[in-house]
Amino acid sequence: MIFLALVAQTVRISMPYLFASAGGVLSERSGLIGLGLEGYMLAGAFTAALGSYYGQNPWVGVIAGVGGGMALALLYALCSIRYKADQVVVGVAINLLAVGATRFFLRLVFRSSSNSPRVPGFSVVETGTGFLALAHNPLIWMGALSIPAVAWLLYRTPFGLRVRAVGEHPGAALSVGVPVPKVQWIAVALSGALAGLGGAYLALDQHQFSDQMTAGRGFIALAAVIFGRWDPVRVGFACLLFAAAETMEIRLQGTSQIPGQFVQMIPYLLTIVALAGVVGRAVPPAALGKSGD
Amino acid sequence: MLMGVLLAAHVVLLFVHPAGATSPTIDPNAVNIGIVFDVGGRGDKSFNDAAYLGAERAEKELGVHVRFIEPGDGSDREAGLRILAAEGMKLVVGIGFIFTDDLNQLAREYPNTDFAGVDYSVATDSAGNPIPPPPNLAALKFREEEGSFLVGALAAMVGHSKKLGFIGGMNSPLIQKFQAGYAAGVHYVCPDCQVIAQYAGVTPDAFRNPGVGKELALAQYQQGVNVIFHASGSTGLGVFEAARQTDRLAIGVDADQYSEAPGHVLTSMVKGVDAAVFDAIKRVKDGTFKGGIYTFGLAQNGVRYVYDEHNRNLIPDSVHARLEQIRADIIAGKIKVPSTLGAAP
Repeated sequence: MIFLALVAQTVRISMPYLFASAGGVLSERSGLIGLGLEGYMLAGAFTAALGSYYGQNPWVGVIAGVGGGMALALLYALCSIRYKADQVVVGVAINLLAVGATRFFLRLVFRSSSNSPRVPGFSVVETGTGFLALAHNPLIWMGALSIPAVAWLLYRTPFGLRVRAVGEHPGAALSVGVPVPKVQWIAVALSGALAGLGGAYLALDQHQFSDQMTAGRGFIALAAVIFGRWDPVRVGFACLLFAAAETMEIRLQGTSQIPGQFVQMIPYLLTIVALAGVVGRAVPPAALGKSGD
Repeated sequence: MLMGVLLAAHVVLLFVHPAGATSPTIDPNAVNIGIVFDVGGRGDKSFNDAAYLGAERAEKELGVHVRFIEPGDGSDREAGLRILAAEGMKLVVGIGFIFTDDLNQLAREYPNTDFAGVDYSVATDSAGNPIPPPPNLAALKFREEEGSFLVGALAAMVGHSKKLGFIGGMNSPLIQKFQAGYAAGVHYVCPDCQVIAQYAGVTPDAFRNPGVGKELALAQYQQGVNVIFHASGSTGLGVFEAARQTDRLAIGVDADQYSEAPGHVLTSMVKGVDAAVFDAIKRVKDGTFKGGIYTFGLAQNGVRYVYDEHNRNLIPDSVHARLEQIRADIIAGKIKVPSTLGAAP
């Protein structure tokens, strides 16, 4: 009973990470740093709440969440692919823009600076382990499928091959006729859509949007991408590991000798460990972050 | 062409006032008051809105002129205070403990302007003695622990469980004050009850993470907790969501949060920020303003619990009567409420 509850909680916590890091893998494998994941997610959370509010249907929210995340990702693509701006700078700007824009529209539309009104979501009343509510939430299924879907896309489709080629050596890809910018645009747009779904999950699970509700989850997702060495399956397990650590922190807080601060450090600590090459070498896509030709 | 349009637009925008500074700056015929809001600004359904209410009342009843500034993030706060002080406001108010250092600084730079800080945190010297604020600065503080004591006693009386929950935002002395009072209140009516106290994090992010708030609450409800008191900003929205989802009860904080989850909000521990702000403005208007530390507890109605038509059916009359007795005992000094965890029994 308790074990099942822990598993259910881990799955719930991992959802935003799975969505966003699935998007992050796609973006980074095409050579574009996924620094804006946090921003896409926040934008997606807001538009999802907006869509669900006006459509009075959570599915409208899901679609709007995809749109919101994608819109911000396209802006990122415009700056860093079309205009070849520094990806790190643009990524930071995207995250700041998302905070400001969502706050602005929150106040404009809902006359509040803290949270939106309640919107329809997928949750059901349940007092057991939480598995019933899990099974009733279609976003949970989509989140679980997001990583396998990206793995399939990357390794089993011609488009995936192109994405990988572009991320490793855009010059070589270009020389054999791969439309490099187009592939990157699509990869980034999809990453925005996926991260937007992560935001939609958050907002619909809470039945509302609240200011800065993503609270750094996009960065943890990015850490999972790096810790998982840009391989979708390993990234998926990294997300579950981070979520399990959070679950343990929640359950053990106050009763254990391990300070909560330490558990909150784990994702970042592991990322540094991975980058430093302590456990196997983390080799990023060769052309990652190189905007120029 | 495009550049020209952008340039023109930029020049036009230079003449537009920044958001939040829409009210005329100074009314020469009235007492001028300046207020800088905490992050979030108006519409936060909590702190800032309460401060606004108090100021609005002062405008109506006292005929003062109030100007508001809503800062963006971080360093804008100090700039906001400075603008108001430089414009010659009689009183400049900062809303939130985060203004403490900036207020100290500006009160020294503008000795002829009065300042007030809501939730101003009084520093202590190395021996643990409080360092008084500058003479032109009033620290408006609340005895959150007293209100928390009452809602803790209430939770223990109607909770039907030996386990009571507390969820804090950022683990900090201010929030521990809520926890200390709450736990003391629980133990006052139910000595063998257990309080499960958890925090959403150790950074300011922990005040706006409803996702974690919901997971913490779900875990507590699963352990047999029936009532959770949150002091965690918008993280608490997740606590209410968990209360709805599992059909349990939660207790709101700062403002009456009944509307966040009707039927699942047992009560709210309300801080009278509006009354404190009104009081400070009134003193300035009357010319009786003095710096120092002002505390608003149960006796001053600075903190209270909500008991109205929305939650009356959740609180039996006998429980309400006992609660009022405890309230009277605290005011009379018969019950000592701890304000730090170390002092808790």
